[in-house]
Amino acid sequence: MTGADAAPADRDPGLQPERTRLAWRRTTLSGTVVAVLAGKTALHDGATTVSVLAAALCCALWLAFLRIAHGRITTLAAAHRPRDLTPRHAAAAALCTLALAVCGAFLVR
Amino acid sequence: MIGFVRSVRLWFVPGEVRREGTTPDYRFSLANERTFLAWLRTALALIGGGFAVDQFLPDLSRGWRVGLALALLAAGVLCALRAVNHWARCERAMRRGEDLPVSRFPALLSLVVAVVAVVMVVVVLVGWEG
Repeated sequence: MTGADAAPADRDPGLQPERTRLAWRRTTLSGTVVAVLAGKTALHDGATTVSVLAAALCCALWLAFLRIAHGRITTLAAAHRPRDLTPRHAAAAALCTLALAVCGAFLVR
Repeated sequence: MIGFVRSVRLWFVPGEVRREGTTPDYRFSLANERTFLAWLRTALALIGGGFAVDQFLPDLSRGWRVGLALALLAAGVLCALRAVNHWARCERAMRRGEDLPVSRFPALLSLVVAVVAVVMVVVVLVGWEG
């Protein structure tokens, strides 16, 4: 039962990696809502070339965000002491959000 | 402006951050990451709000509808940019053992959200159809 003895000392009392993982999930979910609203906007106002392109781009951006989030979640789960988020990943996640808003500007007409 | 360019460099050159100071307790870094994600969600909520204004206020005149929607989308863009900038600055401050950066942004954002909300209430109640 050495594992049981060692576990309390090793355990992260705040469950920080778990909470961070869930935060990534929540954020992906928010992105999903935005992508669905973008699709609705594109279809509602009569699909033009621009609106279809913008909506497709929104879906692609959502997929990109999903990929970033999944990569990060995998990293968090893999290590006992998870590595920090890299600035590149943070910037990529923020740029996906930004690009969603830019697509939105083309959809809102 | 130079400070801003340096910050942008910081986002894309991971080694730059890691070279400075000492690595903080990973739990603090993860807390910083969650704060960053919370700001991204705020940005996404603002963007979603922009779509919602466009979709769910069809009786509004076009100018108001598009204007409000674009204002919310722009707020979302600012919020996302600020999220990553603040994350990088906090990360650097933690490595250097400095105080965390202070910011006027939360106050500004709440003012903008309050103004947009009041404008929306007035516009919907009065029903300006242009």
